[in-house]
Amino acid sequence: MGTTAYDNNEFHQARWNEPVIYELSTPGERGIFLPEVEPEIEDLAGNVLDELPAGMCRSKSPELPEMSQMRALKHYLRLSQENLGADFNVDIGQGTCTMKYSPKVNELFVRSPKIADLHPLQDESTLQGVLEIMYKTEQFLKSISGMDRISFQPGAGSHAILAIVSIIRAWVDANGLTDTKDEIITTIFSHPSNCAVAKLKGFKVVNIYADPVTGRPDFEAFKAAVSERTAALLITNPEDVGIYNERIQDFTDLVHAHGGLCSYDQANANGILGVTRAKEANFDLCFFNLHKTFSSPHGCGGPGSGVVGVRDRLIQYLPVPLVSFDEKTDHYYLDYNFSKTIGKIKDFYGVIPVIVRAYAWIMSLGARGLLEVARVSVLNNNYVLKKLLDMRGVTAPYADRETRIEQVRFSFQKLKEETSCGFGDVQRRICDFGCHIWNSHEPFIIPEPFTIEPTESYSKKELDEYLAVIEQIIEEAYTEPDIVKNAPYNSVVHHIAEHKYLDEPDLWAITWRMYKKRYNDYFKKKA
Amino acid sequence: MFKLGLIINPIAGMGGSVGLKGTDGKETLGLAIQKGAIPSSPERAALALNKLIKVSNQFKLITCPGVMGEDIARKCRLDCDILSMALEGNTNSKDTRNAANLLFKQSVDLLLFVGGDGTARDLALVIGEKQLSLGVPAGVKIHSSVFALSPLYAAEITESLIRGRKTRPRLAEVMDIDEEAFRAGEVRARLFGYLQIPGVDRGLQVLKAGSSSLEIVKQQAIASFFAEEMNPDLLYLIGPGTTTRELLRKIGHEGSLLGIDALKDGAIIGQDLNESQCLELLDKYNPGQARIVVTPIGGQGFIFGRGNQQLSPRVIRRVAPDGIIIVSTPDKLQALQGRPFRIDTGDPELDFKLAGVYHVLTGYRESTYYRIEN
Repeated sequence: MGTTAYDNNEFHQARWNEPVIYELSTPGERGIFLPEVEPEIEDLAGNVLDELPAGMCRSKSPELPEMSQMRALKHYLRLSQENLGADFNVDIGQGTCTMKYSPKVNELFVRSPKIADLHPLQDESTLQGVLEIMYKTEQFLKSISGMDRISFQPGAGSHAILAIVSIIRAWVDANGLTDTKDEIITTIFSHPSNCAVAKLKGFKVVNIYADPVTGRPDFEAFKAAVSERTAALLITNPEDVGIYNERIQDFTDLVHAHGGLCSYDQANANGILGVTRAKEANFDLCFFNLHKTFSSPHGCGGPGSGVVGVRDRLIQYLPVPLVSFDEKTDHYYLDYNFSKTIGKIKDFYGVIPVIVRAYAWIMSLGARGLLEVARVSVLNNNYVLKKLLDMRGVTAPYADRETRIEQVRFSFQKLKEETSCGFGDVQRRICDFGCHIWNSHEPFIIPEPFTIEPTESYSKKELDEYLAVIEQIIEEAYTEPDIVKNAPYNSVVHHIAEHKYLDEPDLWAITWRMYKKRYNDYFKKKA
Repeated sequence: MFKLGLIINPIAGMGGSVGLKGTDGKETLGLAIQKGAIPSSPERAALALNKLIKVSNQFKLITCPGVMGEDIARKCRLDCDILSMALEGNTNSKDTRNAANLLFKQSVDLLLFVGGDGTARDLALVIGEKQLSLGVPAGVKIHSSVFALSPLYAAEITESLIRGRKTRPRLAEVMDIDEEAFRAGEVRARLFGYLQIPGVDRGLQVLKAGSSSLEIVKQQAIASFFAEEMNPDLLYLIGPGTTTRELLRKIGHEGSLLGIDALKDGAIIGQDLNESQCLELLDKYNPGQARIVVTPIGGQGFIFGRGNQQLSPRVIRRVAPDGIIIVSTPDKLQALQGRPFRIDTGDPELDFKLAGVYHVLTGYRESTYYRIEN
């Protein structure tokens, strides 16, 4: 193999057996005691609670945990130690999420009072700095995508898809095509929100499966699907399998020939920055996830921003406000003047911390730096691809012997057949090394799947460490499968046999109240 | 306490070991024994039972006498209750059916059976949808979706149920092939029925995507859309399968799971039709006014020629290709892992003609285009 041994072979995760915060509650204990209202003020203002309308007052106090500040701090600090995260391990096993390094200097900008103390309702004359950042970031993204305007309104990727399909809906209706154009075509390896949002907006959905050999969307099936009923194509390239569809323009041309629109999901743009653009592939719309490609962390790491770009003919449909620049008065302003706008889809005008990080990240790299990001992430990915395919039990379905872009969806099916250890077993065992791997989202077309996305952030040494861990687990699966089957040993939680609590709606407990209603003790179901 | 029923088909798999592609029928068994075949299913059973020893205080084992269960249970040092049934000479399918019936009457929580497609067929005949069952693969032919991937997986699933895991059972296809044709090198699997199996999403023969226990919800979604789009002027010949059965349930009818039902303007006008009955009905309608609704059968994705032979070439020709409506849950499509749908109508010319890309209804207002190859 030639990989170096992993460094963390003495890893053992902190384990606190920490109860749920409600179980730590002590009646009467407080983190903050509010001072009594001074008599002079009370005389002047009266009891302000009496001023509230009856319908707005609670009949009883909310059920909140009661505890001191110190206990609350300890509780959350302990929980944080029982966790893994992008800054804590080699996080390339969280493929499709672009888990890369978010430069900490960008946090300084975001936390600076110049940004953190701004209020979105301030007069725009006092917001010129942040509006300039938004305006300039838009110019960068226009250049990266080839689109003519960019809206920062959506709060994340699926929200961006909602904005895009809302624009498509508005465009269809405005052109008198409501009765004829009622289908949206997408592909099985594109984001599941494509289907969900399309239905929400009243369209039927046609899903195109991948060609079993090439891994690209089946063009013959696509040709059969496109018709005058096609309102739009929502597609990703490369899709989650990491294979670039070089015929993408045939797809967009066919849809355009039938009068439809084409939208490019560029949530995972890391491998194509500075290489290809939505405009040249004839797309009418696209979106980026600033929180994946452009510095901000993804995966519950904080708020996101899914920015939507469109060509000229769709600018008037964009959600408002956008940030425009008035050359005469030399000032930036919130622009609501778009005649066919789908309106507001989020409060205020964008997720400022995420936009600031993206601006700082792009500025620090420049055009050549962005291209370098793409090149290194592709290089890292293909290095890992080669190394993993040299291991027993690992395959990478589709596009045999081809290089991939920024990620690959692998399969442990062979490992499972030969050792009975499948992905779930590897997933638990890898915790013992302080690492993480996940089985990606639907569709589970590739059996026992896992997706590796190395990004540009990781050094060869770190990639080799991760590969050495996988290699050791595979070796164990073939020689002592029980070690893998019974894992983890050094992690917070021991073996969980099945994810039945996620699969069975009857067992769901997504709130504390629901949990108390359904269970006694630790997940012991009430009769 | 959890009651676990166990049936071992001691001759399952014997034919395969001596190249006979199956062990169905007395003569084949005789030939297998003559060729030196050694029973392998007891070993497969032992592999599974040994894994259950650690939870032996949490279940009560009920099994058949002698080679059909008792011998292996004792060998694995598992206490068991023995069914009151007599075995004479080599066991046969009658014994399997008899045992299944007795275990059903004992209200076992799970019936674990060790065998192949033939054994599964016997169970489908007797207990079918009534009894939670799971197959330990030991036969020559495993085309049915009712088996665990291996004896160890069967033990894993069984253990989780013994430990109190609740699953939503689902119906899985029992397929079997014509052994004589198979021995002549031709594979012709047929749908024989259904067994109720645990709704787990790993460890089973046919890979299922996501949560298999929710497959019924996906079938209902297809049914809702089908009901909305149904044209009252058209004749629909509804083929066999659990997905197509939901279409009829949606509009208040209980379809024949294994047969062809005819639907017109929301009413059933023919049930469990054979080929000539289908043709008779089609005679009454103009070309273009009839539809055939089918769903892929089994893990191999057959649209015609497996389990729906009533839809003969003559019937299909009246309707195809524009009148063919294919319905399939995404799980079924995904289990094909990119392989196309297949057809084997018995008429090669028709099979050739039918090959192409077809619209497939996969959910509520959701569809795909998928290839059929012959």
